[in-house]
Amino acid sequence: MDFPLTDPFFWETVIQGLLFGGVLALLSLGLNIVFGVIDVVWICYAELIMLGMYTIYYLYSDFGVPLPLAMVAGVLMVALLGAALHHFIIRPILHTEPINQLLVTGGVLFFLQGFATLAFSVEFRNLGVSFGSIEAGDMYIPTTRLLAFVVSLVAVVVLWLFLKKTYLGTAIRAISQDRDIMPLMGVSPGKIYLVTSALGGGLAGLGACLLVLLYDIHPAIGLTFGPITFMVCVMGGLGNMIGGFIAAFIFAEFIALGGFYAEIEWGYVMAFAFFIVMMFIRPQGILGSKS
Amino acid sequence: MTIPTLIKAAGFLAILAFPALGFSDYILHIAILILLWGFIYTGWSVMGRFGLVSLGHGAFMGIGAYVVTMLWNHAGITPWIGIPIAVVVSMAVGFMIGFPCFRFRITGHYFALVTLALSEVARLLIVALRDHTGGSLGVTPNSVISADNPTSFIAMQFSDKVIWFYIVVAVWIAGLIVWRAVDRSMIRYAMEAVSQEEDAAASLGVHVTRTKLIVTMISAGMTAVGGAVYGQYQLYINPETTSGIAISLQIVFAAIAGGMFVQLGPTVGAVITLLLTETLRQTVGHDVHGLDVMIYGAMLVLFIIYMPRGVLGRVIEVFDRRAGGPSGPTAQPKPQPGE
Repeated sequence: MDFPLTDPFFWETVIQGLLFGGVLALLSLGLNIVFGVIDVVWICYAELIMLGMYTIYYLYSDFGVPLPLAMVAGVLMVALLGAALHHFIIRPILHTEPINQLLVTGGVLFFLQGFATLAFSVEFRNLGVSFGSIEAGDMYIPTTRLLAFVVSLVAVVVLWLFLKKTYLGTAIRAISQDRDIMPLMGVSPGKIYLVTSALGGGLAGLGACLLVLLYDIHPAIGLTFGPITFMVCVMGGLGNMIGGFIAAFIFAEFIALGGFYAEIEWGYVMAFAFFIVMMFIRPQGILGSKS
Repeated sequence: MTIPTLIKAAGFLAILAFPALGFSDYILHIAILILLWGFIYTGWSVMGRFGLVSLGHGAFMGIGAYVVTMLWNHAGITPWIGIPIAVVVSMAVGFMIGFPCFRFRITGHYFALVTLALSEVARLLIVALRDHTGGSLGVTPNSVISADNPTSFIAMQFSDKVIWFYIVVAVWIAGLIVWRAVDRSMIRYAMEAVSQEEDAAASLGVHVTRTKLIVTMISAGMTAVGGAVYGQYQLYINPETTSGIAISLQIVFAAIAGGMFVQLGPTVGAVITLLLTETLRQTVGHDVHGLDVMIYGAMLVLFIIYMPRGVLGRVIEVFDRRAGGPSGPTAQPKPQPGE
């Protein structure tokens, strides 16, 4: 094998991995904030993204809504769905075992997948928007991926500022630190949970805006992105957003380089196997502290 | 004889006589699938009822189906030897994933998500090894049966659905016996103590890791048998129908819908889910793809919110209340998952 450092394809792969990492980081944000605050894993998280993608697709393709407007609508739609998911499905069983909350969202996963199949058929749909590529030396970098990467970074920074600088953000962080004390301080957990769910949904919607540019839409797309998003969150330490951010890039590089040296499935196999091993070495996540 | 024993005996005879009643092949096919999935769901509930919610059973089912078919297609090893090998492999994988999980106290969400990763690894491995496994297109066990020679014992291939019915009945009953054996053993009391408070159970002398490993390996082995029989019966397997997140979730939910805390609960789960799918297919047809999945999902949500013990669990609860208090081991209060 050639020395890879001089191979432009190798570097192209590394950069593709980096860009994919940006997408994964964004996808993991919403799930992480919901887990961090409410202590619930939304197994149907990727299905919310799927519905966001369909919303954008139909508004843009069938109703001629300008793309940026369609995307805003998509984000709002998924934010609303997130809030509804919490209010109607999670809230009634919030006092029961945590695993029940995980499983109930699994039911929602099937429901949404079935709904999408019924309403939109199994056809693959593509937005058909391309921004071309940027040429850098011998490498080609698709502009959409670069855009996705930049949006991810911006979203992370904005979210961080929101959590640190606003009253609501402070309340959200406080709730995630101690659920029992906060009601005594005059913060209503129910309201914060609802806001957090909407926020988590909104971040899923933002993920949908990027995925809709990069991938075909079909009802089972959630099964493609769901597992990897969970792994990223868990490896980063569920609820730990910085950890999730780092884990996203590790995963993405595994997948990209696996695809470079063998087939893309091997990249995924290695990434998942690495995840399992990491769980045993650092079950609290790469940045988590032992409790 | 007590009344429950009579009901059991009557039910058993009814099942044995079922193929003689002259139902169509289609009805027989549905009955076979119900019993086979009922067995797999029972296998899952052996560990699931103790709060070890595994989303990785797709991996064990995939191991069962693929190990047996690969050994037959590539090495000519009969499924009669292939199935025990698959069970051993599956138990070994169960041990490999279970031991560190239990050792490092990975429970609840984390256990569910680690096992979820396992089932994705299994699915992706099958796809990645496409030169041997046929990849996403799936694979057919090399067929040795034909119109002239409809039965091959050595290849475990039978065209006659009645033979399959009895094989599956035997497997299913074996599954119920294993479930009952675990239910009546010290493992159950140990696991119930563990699922309530690990440290307290350990301080009373329960070997937490070992007990959890035993139920995990039993469950993994049963699921592998289910996967192998599924492959031999359908004579076609692919990574989506035997492994991955979708099949893992299907296993978990059917067991919950039926009721994982009672012996026949998972089988009732298989009846509900298969009848739902088949009825919808018959009444609304293929054009409205997705409706069955949608109703199924909605049902699950309602079940988990309103009937966390499943249909059969709920029925038994109501009966016991009418009869004025618990009667028999199934009526004792069972812990909720992970309680």
